[in-house]
This record gives sequence, C-alpha cells and structure tokens, in this order.
Amino acid sequence: MKGQRYIREVKEPRRRVLGMSIAVAAVFLVLLSRLWYLQIIESDNLRKLSENNRLRFVPVAASRGAILDRNGNVLVNNTPSFSVAVVPQDVRDKEALLTSLARYLALDPEELRAKWEKGKGRAKFYPIVIASGISREQLEFLEENRLRLPGLDVEMKPIREYGNGQLAAHLFGYLGEISEAELDKEEFRSYNPGDYVGKSGIERSWERYLHGSDGGRQIEVDARGRYLRTISETSPTIGNSIVLTIDRDLQKRAEQSFGDKAGAAVAIDVNSGEILAFVSNPGFDPSLFTGRMSPQQWKSYLDDKRHPLENKALKGQYPPGSTFKIITALAGLQEGLIDENTTVVCKGAHTVGKDTFKCWDKKGHGVVDLKRALKESCDVYFYQLGERLGVDRIAAYAREFGLGSPVGVGLENEKGGLIPTTAWKEQKYNKKWFRGETLPVSIGQGYTLATPLQLAAMIAGVATEGTVYRPHLVKRVVDPDGQVLREFSPEVLKKVALRPEIYRPVKQGLLAVVNEPRGTGGMARLYEVKVAGKTGTSQVVKMRDSKGGVPYQYRDHALFVAFAPYDKPEVAVAVVVEHGEHGGSAAAPIAGRILRAYFEGKGVIKAPVKGGGDEEDEGGAESGAVAPENSQSVPVPEKGQP
Amino acid sequence: MIDRRLFTNFDWTLFGLTLLIAALGVFNIYSASASYTVVTTPYFIKQLYWILAGLFLVVMVCSIDYHMLEDVAFWFYGVVLFLLVVVLFAGKTSMGATRWLNLGLFSLQPSEPMKIVIVMVFARYFSRYPVFQGLTLRELFYPALLLGGPALLIMKQPDLGTAILVVLIACSMLIYVGLRWTTVLSVVLAAIPSIYLAWHFLLRDYQKNRVLNFLNPERDPLKSGYHIIQSKIAVGSGGVAGKGYLQGTQTQLRFLPEQHTDFAFSVFAEEWGFLGCMVVLLLYLFLILWGLQIASRCNDRFGSLLAVGVTAMLFWHVVINMGMVIGLFPVVGVPLPFFSYGGTSMVTSMVGVGILLNISMRRFMF
Repeated sequence: MKGQRYIREVKEPRRRVLGMSIAVAAVFLVLLSRLWYLQIIESDNLRKLSENNRLRFVPVAASRGAILDRNGNVLVNNTPSFSVAVVPQDVRDKEALLTSLARYLALDPEELRAKWEKGKGRAKFYPIVIASGISREQLEFLEENRLRLPGLDVEMKPIREYGNGQLAAHLFGYLGEISEAELDKEEFRSYNPGDYVGKSGIERSWERYLHGSDGGRQIEVDARGRYLRTISETSPTIGNSIVLTIDRDLQKRAEQSFGDKAGAAVAIDVNSGEILAFVSNPGFDPSLFTGRMSPQQWKSYLDDKRHPLENKALKGQYPPGSTFKIITALAGLQEGLIDENTTVVCKGAHTVGKDTFKCWDKKGHGVVDLKRALKESCDVYFYQLGERLGVDRIAAYAREFGLGSPVGVGLENEKGGLIPTTAWKEQKYNKKWFRGETLPVSIGQGYTLATPLQLAAMIAGVATEGTVYRPHLVKRVVDPDGQVLREFSPEVLKKVALRPEIYRPVKQGLLAVVNEPRGTGGMARLYEVKVAGKTGTSQVVKMRDSKGGVPYQYRDHALFVAFAPYDKPEVAVAVVVEHGEHGGSAAAPIAGRILRAYFEGKGVIKAPVKGGGDEEDEGGAESGAVAPENSQSVPVPEKGQP
Repeated sequence: MIDRRLFTNFDWTLFGLTLLIAALGVFNIYSASASYTVVTTPYFIKQLYWILAGLFLVVMVCSIDYHMLEDVAFWFYGVVLFLLVVVLFAGKTSMGATRWLNLGLFSLQPSEPMKIVIVMVFARYFSRYPVFQGLTLRELFYPALLLGGPALLIMKQPDLGTAILVVLIACSMLIYVGLRWTTVLSVVLAAIPSIYLAWHFLLRDYQKNRVLNFLNPERDPLKSGYHIIQSKIAVGSGGVAGKGYLQGTQTQLRFLPEQHTDFAFSVFAEEWGFLGCMVVLLLYLFLILWGLQIASRCNDRFGSLLAVGVTAMLFWHVVINMGMVIGLFPVVGVPLPFFSYGGTSMVTSMVGVGILLNISMRRFMF
C-alpha cells in the first residue's frame, strides 16, 4: 500500500498530540469558566434582565430627502405624522385593546384586527403599526390613557408632504409600504418590513438617494412595555435632496393649460436636454398613497377613462401622426429624393396597387411643394415621398432623432415607442412587409408609436439642427449638508449626421405651419416670439365619417410639437391630447400656452398683471429636509424623564 | 476488500458520541423552533432527515480505504477551487453574499467541501515532505499558496467566518507538522507592518468600518451588538440548572436571533443551565480528544495528518460558535457541528467523522 513508504517517525508527533490535547482542554476550560461567569456569577443580573425584559430595539425612520425644482423651490418634503402601534407581547387583552382603540380613533375595529393579523409572523416584541396619520388631539388622548392600554406605542414618523397638491404627481410618483417581493431584492437589503419606499416616478427611480438610512435605539422597557431608558442610539441619516430640472411655475401653467383634457406635455431646453415641464393630465393626489386612501377614491381613479394614474408622458405610446412628417421630409432631402422646389399634385388620394390612401383633405391640395406640404400637412406629398424612401430608410432617420427606443430619462419603465422596419415585421409576425404599409408609416400612422418624451427630444433635435440632448429630469443630488453629490451635465444622445443646409426648408415649413395663412398650427402662435411647429392627428381606430357620434375612446389623438424662438431656439414642447381629435385645435393652443408661460417666465413676454403676489412668496428658502429635531420617536417618554 | 477486521475494529465510541450530540441537537431544535409558525416540515424533523443523510455519507466514506484520498486530494482541490471561482461569477446571491452555486437539482456551497479538501491536500503534501527541525519560512511557501487561493476566494464572497475557519484548520495542521520558533516569530513580525499598511492604504472607509464592527459589535449596537446582548442574557439567565425544557423565555419569546441555527447553543444554555452546558462541553471535548487519539494511533503519516486536520475542523467550529454565543467572539455565522440546524453543516461534519472512523478502523491494516 502506498502510505507505507511514508511511515512517520513515531516519537515526535505523539508528543505533539499530547501537547495539542492539553491546549484543547485549556480552551474548553476557558469556555467553561465563561459559562460559569455568565450562569453562576452574573446569573441573577441577567435573569432579572430576561424577566423584566427588557431590551428592545426601536427603529427610527430617516427623513426622506426633499425634491426641489430648478430654482430651489421645495416641491416635496416631509412632515411629522403620528401613528399608533401595538407590541403584541405586552398586550394583555387583544380584543379589549383593539375595540377601545377603534373607539378612540373612530376607526373600524375590523380594519385594526386585519392589520394586527398581518403583522403576526414577526417577533412578538416588534411593534405593529395599526393606524397612521392620527391627529394631535387623538394623540394626546391616547397619551393620557396609556396606562390603561398596555402594549400601546405611539410612533412619530416623517411622512411625505406634497406642498403643491397634485402638481407633477406622475413625475414625483408616490410612496408605499415595502412589499414582500421588494424585501427580497438586493437593492432593499437594509430595509425593514413596514418601511416606505418609492413606488413610481422620481421617488422610485431615485430611491437610493432619497431614502437616507434609518437609525435606531436600544431601549430598556418595563414589564408593561413602558420606556425606562435608552441604552444606545444611532441617529438616522436624512436622505439626499434631488434638484430637478423642472421649473415649478412653468409646470403649474402647463398643467393648467390642459384643463380637464387628458394628455401629456413635455417642455425641454433644446440646448441641454433639461426637462422644464413634464405633464401627464389628469393628475392624482400622491399624498393619498401614503395615508389612508378610501376605496371610493381608489375606485374613482381606476374608473376614470382618462386614466389619471398613468404617466402618459413617459409610458403613453401614441402614433405620432403628422408630426412624423418632419422625419420623412428630412430623410427625403438628405437622400436627394426631393428638394424644396419639388412639387407633387395632390388630388385628395394616392393609389398603390389596389389600395387607395386618402389625404385628410378630400378635395386635394393641388400642386404642393415641401413648404406647403408641411404647412397644410398634405398627406399625399408624404405618401409619395415615403413610397420612394421605403420603410427601412425612414426608420433609420427616425432612430437618428431618438425615436424607437427609450431616451433614458432616468425613470423606470420608460416606454420606447415603435419604429417599424421590414426586419421587425418579419421577426414579429413572420410576414413580409407590403409596400402599401410604408405609406401610413410615412405620415406617422400604421405601426409607428412614440412617447411624448421622445417627440420632445425629436423636435429639440430639429431645433438644434442635429444635436439631440438626452432629456433628463435631475439636475443634481445634494446631501443634507448641502454638498453636491452628483451633478448632471448635458449629454448628447444622438448627433445626427445630416447636411446642415437641409434643415432650413423644413424649419421654414414648420414656421409657416404656425405663422402663415392656412397653416394648421395657427393656434400656437405668439406675437412676441416666432414659434415653429407641426400638428398631428393620429387615428385611434379606423372609424371615419360617423360625424358627431364618435365615442370618447375612439376619437383621434391630437398632437403638436414646436420649438421657439425660431431664429435662436431655446425651448421645445411636445403635446399630446388624448382623443382631442385635431392637433391644430386641441394640442396647438396648449403648446402655445406653455410657450407663452415659458417666455413670460424669462421676461421676454410681459405677464398680464394679476392681483396679489400669487404664490411666489412661498418657501424657496426653506431647507431641503425636515429639521432633525422632529425625528424623535417611539416610545414617547413619560413626562419628567430625562 | 471488506475485511472482517473492519467491523471488529469499528470505532463505536466515536460513532456513539456523534449520535449522542446529534440527538441532543434535535431535541434542542424542537424547543428552539417551538415558537415558529410552522409552514412546512418542522425543523427538527428536517434535521432528522439530514442526520440520516449524514449517516449514509458516513457509511460511504468508511467503505473506501482512506489511502485513496491521498491520490485524489489534488484533483478534489482543483475541482473545488474551480467551483469557488465559478461562484464568484455565476453564484447565487442571497443576503448580500454570493456563496451558492445552483447546480439545477440542488445548490452547493463550495466553501464547505473546501474545509475538508484543504485538510486532504495538506495531509498529502506534508506526508511526503520530510521535516526534521520544524518547518522553515521558505518551506511554508507552497502551503501558503495552496491555502491562500481558496481563503481569498471565500473571503471575497464575502464569508469571513468560513475563510477564517479554513485558515485556522490549515494552521492547526502546520503546528502538528512542526514549526520552528523563528518561523512563527517572522510570520508574526511580518504580519504587523503589513496589517498596518493595508489598514492605511488598501482598505476603504466602509471596509474599515466593517472590520471594526466585527471586532467590536458594541460599535454597531443595532445589529450584531443586539444579538450578542440577547444571547448573553439567554445563557446567563439559565443559571445553574436552567429554566427547563421549552421554558426559556428568551427563546420562546424569540429574543434570540437565528435560534435554531447559529444560536442553538444559547437556547440549550437557557433551558438546561450550567449543568447542561457542562455535559455538552464534555461531549465535545471527548470527541475532539478522541480524534487526536486516532491521529496518534494511526501508523501512517497521511492518515494521522488527515485525522488531525478533521479534528481541528470540528474543534474550531465548536470554539468559534460557543465563543460567539457566550460573548467572547464577534458574531460570525459558524454553526455548532451536529447541534445546530442545517444540512450543509451536518453533511460536512458527518463526512469529517466518516474520515475519522475510516482511519480509526484501518489502523491495524499494515
């Protein structure tokens, strides 16, 4: 056998085994004496601690960071909120406690019971929050009756305060209690059940910066669960503030300009990609999600056919309609298929094989050149151009301007729209592309889809003649001490390689849309600033000519994209009015109002004099977070305690 | 192949000792998890399954001659090292550490077999390496390479507890082989400045914090400190005779963390008191001294090194776990062999005992 060759020198290790045995015994003796110390000498003390128990760990929630607009106005902040918790192991009579609590707080006892059941799987000393957002009077009342309610705890938690009501609700998003699924994720490793986390919008996507880190304290309590003393404490770290690129006042005006129409608008600084207004209308009240939302309220949100909970600017995908003709025109010019003098005769329809494609104006536009084709939005001109370009060439140019994939605005679940190609259709439907399918695509119909955010980026890229900046919402992240943690500078998303001279005819066409007779976008006109733009009306379903009787959900979407000033572009907007029917009448006026608000803010246009100071005097100087001294928490010490 | 002498020489003492500790463990797990809401099979039942699986492994390991391990040691080492590298890239992450490898049917934690494989490799290396006056520093070069790779990989996961264990096991074997005083002295002297340099230039702040929290849990009273305090209260409040089976308030009110796994011994200490602890401690002491006896009685160098290594593995698990539970050491996730709930630990420990039994029953085979 192999081992035989290596038979050891016997004597030496035998001594070593003895030495090791002695060492092992010595280590065990140390363990034993430690047990002796704990279980014999310290036994009485530790037994008392275990009986009176005891030590309890109380988390102290961190305040979330504030959200500010580009001018330092606080948009979202925190305010203290009191909630009632029970500590199961200290509760003597569960039913009695819940019933009296329900009476004091004017709540349904069944609801409290359900909350209790939900929190059961955890350690018995862990407080279960059963009611939040209680008033100060209720709080005082509970404090007075505390002795009669063993097991009761009152916690202070900072909650989200939306100072401007529904302003930019979709953008901020809302908070909610962390879910089981989220708790399993790596991202939420340091979170505890019951913590609030961002569920959508900025609150969700920038959670990492906003959340801060919870502190906690180890306290000793008596047999009834009352606070005796703090043994150790770690204070929470306030979350970082997010400074948005949004302009509060512009945002407000942009939202107002929608009235009760459903839709979305994005206003963007063309030279940096900073988003100045990000509207999805109608809005919702984000504070309802943190507090107690009534089932009726929830139902009314769900039943509203204007879908108030949906972020239409980010996730709404609409056929861009005639706004897409800008892309088709640029493609035609760059490919040398047309120049500004090329004319087409529009007889109100164009025929390919057996299919006839109608122009929106059935009478026909007659002889049209590029400028008129854009101004009056002649479909036949672009049908013919599109047919010659082919779908794949159109798609290539559309992608150049940021369509067809998410722009990466920094919010989760951004939609990418759809720019069809022959390869796409083959992959998706396993069918060949028909030549006739190219025609709707060239006027932004058919399979083509884009989000308002993408359309804003696209028109901004046209304004700058080829530089598409990545649209972004966050200017910087600031820590609680005011130090800038991250700063976001303009980033070029696409640099479009078109000949510089081909933009001029297209832009002239867009100027004519708004400013010349028979232009479709006249309602976006400003007299102080030259606006250029393009209307779009996109079919929801093919259901024409049932005049007057089209149900809301089948009406066409109205679109408008614009930039201004014409000579030295600063700002671009994209407006979609869902089921607004006509781009020129529904979307263009809204775009006009947003642009007016922008130039009024800049002082270029004089604002009409209004009575009073408006809301300008509120809190630009307020600090980004609640004062830390507010974050005192559970359990409220008895009066007179140090 | 199967010799009748193998049966007559079967080490019933070691086998019985192991079963006794495992049985105590099952009873204790029953109490430790009595307050849990049962969702699937209760833990003590599952632990019984693991013991059965472990016993099957013991039989498997015993049925082959341990000398075969000498030939395959480096192969095993290569495979497990490779798996450790794979874990780094393709491992399953849970609780912030990447330790598991999903093999379809089951998950494997390659750092566990490494504990035994390192023993095999060291035993093989030193069994063919003549040592006269103790190892010199230069002679430590290859062993350090063999140890360093896996230890660093495990540390990277990060699984500090297992990394430390692997190093301690290997060092115990080195001590058994014999070290010169000059070697020990120069290792210590070299370690001090390199730790100093690493501390000041290599480690980032958060890493330093982690190390400091590890050494002194009171720095971070919210997490590890809380567990230590609660465990100390549990152990101490047990007193001389304990609060009685199923009567431990700390346990039943669930003040203890991980009370069926890493902190199982504090459950036992609370309910059985100093007397109970003394019995368990003596059982472990007996087990480990027995292991060393096997090493001492073994006639070939490989076998005796193997026995020392496996015994060291059991010893360090016991010491680190108990030291943690009674507040002598910081909290590291090291289970108590045969006693804590858990399949991984049970399998490793049973394989270890299987090797010891194997060596023990073949000691007359030359």
